[in-house]
Amino acid sequence: MRIAARSLSISGTSCLLASLICLPLASLIHFRQFRGKRALVSTIQTLFAMPTVLVGLFVLVLFSRAGPLGLFRILFTPTAMVIGQILLISPLMLGFTISALSGVSREIVDTATSLGASGFQMIWLVLKEARYAVLAAVIMGFARAISEVGCAQIVGGNIKGATRVMTTAIALEASKGDIALGMALGIILLFLALIINIVLNRLQQR
Amino acid sequence: MSLIGVAGITHTYGDRAVLRNVTLSVDSGEVFALIGPTGAGKTTLLRIMNLLEIPGAGEVYFDGKCIPRVGKQKLEIRRRMSFIQQKPQVFNLSVYDNVACGLRWRGEKKNRTAEKVDHILGMVGLEGYRNRNARTLSGGEAQRVALARSLVLEPDVLLLDEPTANLDPISTAKIEQLISYVAKQRSMTMIMATHDMPQGRQLADRIGVLLAGRLIQTGNASDIFRSPQDEEVAHFVGMENVIEGIISASDEDIATVDIGGNGLQAVSSYPVGKEVCACVRPEDITLALSSTQSSARNSFRSEVTRVTTVGPLSRVELNCGFPLVALITRISAEELDLQVGKEVYATFKATGVHIMERRAG
Repeated sequence: MRIAARSLSISGTSCLLASLICLPLASLIHFRQFRGKRALVSTIQTLFAMPTVLVGLFVLVLFSRAGPLGLFRILFTPTAMVIGQILLISPLMLGFTISALSGVSREIVDTATSLGASGFQMIWLVLKEARYAVLAAVIMGFARAISEVGCAQIVGGNIKGATRVMTTAIALEASKGDIALGMALGIILLFLALIINIVLNRLQQR
Repeated sequence: MSLIGVAGITHTYGDRAVLRNVTLSVDSGEVFALIGPTGAGKTTLLRIMNLLEIPGAGEVYFDGKCIPRVGKQKLEIRRRMSFIQQKPQVFNLSVYDNVACGLRWRGEKKNRTAEKVDHILGMVGLEGYRNRNARTLSGGEAQRVALARSLVLEPDVLLLDEPTANLDPISTAKIEQLISYVAKQRSMTMIMATHDMPQGRQLADRIGVLLAGRLIQTGNASDIFRSPQDEEVAHFVGMENVIEGIISASDEDIATVDIGGNGLQAVSSYPVGKEVCACVRPEDITLALSSTQSSARNSFRSEVTRVTTVGPLSRVELNCGFPLVALITRISAEELDLQVGKEVYATFKATGVHIMERRAG
């Protein structure tokens, strides 16, 4: 079950890092008025549909020996997979966080302004107000990260004991013809997702 | 000394002018009521004063200084006031966190915050609600949370926008009681928008009438309610009897107003020949079956045209050569056995009549 643990830790890390980047960034986009804001939001929403293999290809090119960031030599390591997954799920998290923040009414924002909230205090309050929807965005990001196979395959290389995760393992078993093992792994994956959802839901109900 | 004021404020939403050249100054410790019908621009004026909105033209003054349109200073000034919106907006947090957030934002120490919040929750009668989510409260309770959240900051200026609209009478009474308590105890400066005139009258030191974006008249309650400046204000403050006439005689400070052949006496110094409106508050008129001798100078024989009873009061419409509305208690209406067509004498004092200049056109 090392594979399952690896799946969790890679996707968990990428989800956490993506949240740290996306939540402040989404708040910034939401609260600042600037030219091209609409276009930016549309672009982000378009990127929801980003194929996982395309992200994989991009990271592969970026970090390959001859690539611009080749000197880091992180290709076919979990680090590269985390980077790929961050790129993959960031648009999703950004987009859903922005729409979550838009769900907080104008009156609430005015009330907080009137009570003397500074810029950061306001962002924090509005994130808290929208916490259910924001958490949904984070869960969505995690779900996409743990379930994708294209990027993990290309960037990680499905190396046994190093970068093999649940999805790439399922793909391998399927191609080997071991349908039963593939199915079993799939069920474990879904079961893990269920547990994580339950835990997060418990957290938000506190 | 003026604590907060605006000068020459004009504001538009799209091409609709909401405020037109409004100038107002409120002294420290004063309770000022802004009355006017819905859509008159009261909320917008309060929002501008709270620096939530930048006016199209004009300046906002606080503590003698003109506030710049942008910049950090706005936050500092805003932190010295507090604004209670018409629809109470509570955050999706516990009652305690709702009330505490303003103090936390101002960097108040944790134990001081707890002390202050608990004290204020006691004051508004919500001690038992400390850990409830504020979203689960009723309208009246939410408004008390909003009030507590503002009061706990001990602001120099409290802005209230229709604090009791949409509340039941009991909640309204509680909120009104709190407002007047705070106004007296802490001599807080307050600016309150309301369309409830008795409320404005009861709570405020000074009243301003805002009609269609213009601040038409400011003054104390008796100025506004007894001596409205023009017909618009008169109608708004419930002056039901506004009768057009011409001054036909003037004897020192008592003038006679000719209204279609009837002479009505009033305290006024307008010259003979002036076209005026005579205003009589319906509750200042007494009705009797016979013409009694009294000190009241005006007594008209009239015919009852309609009687409507609402609660303890009866509204009697009369025709005495000109239409007149009187408000008397239901009991006296029953004693007089008022019915349509009945002849009664409508009597009121010359001092109960307010004469104002008729506007051209």
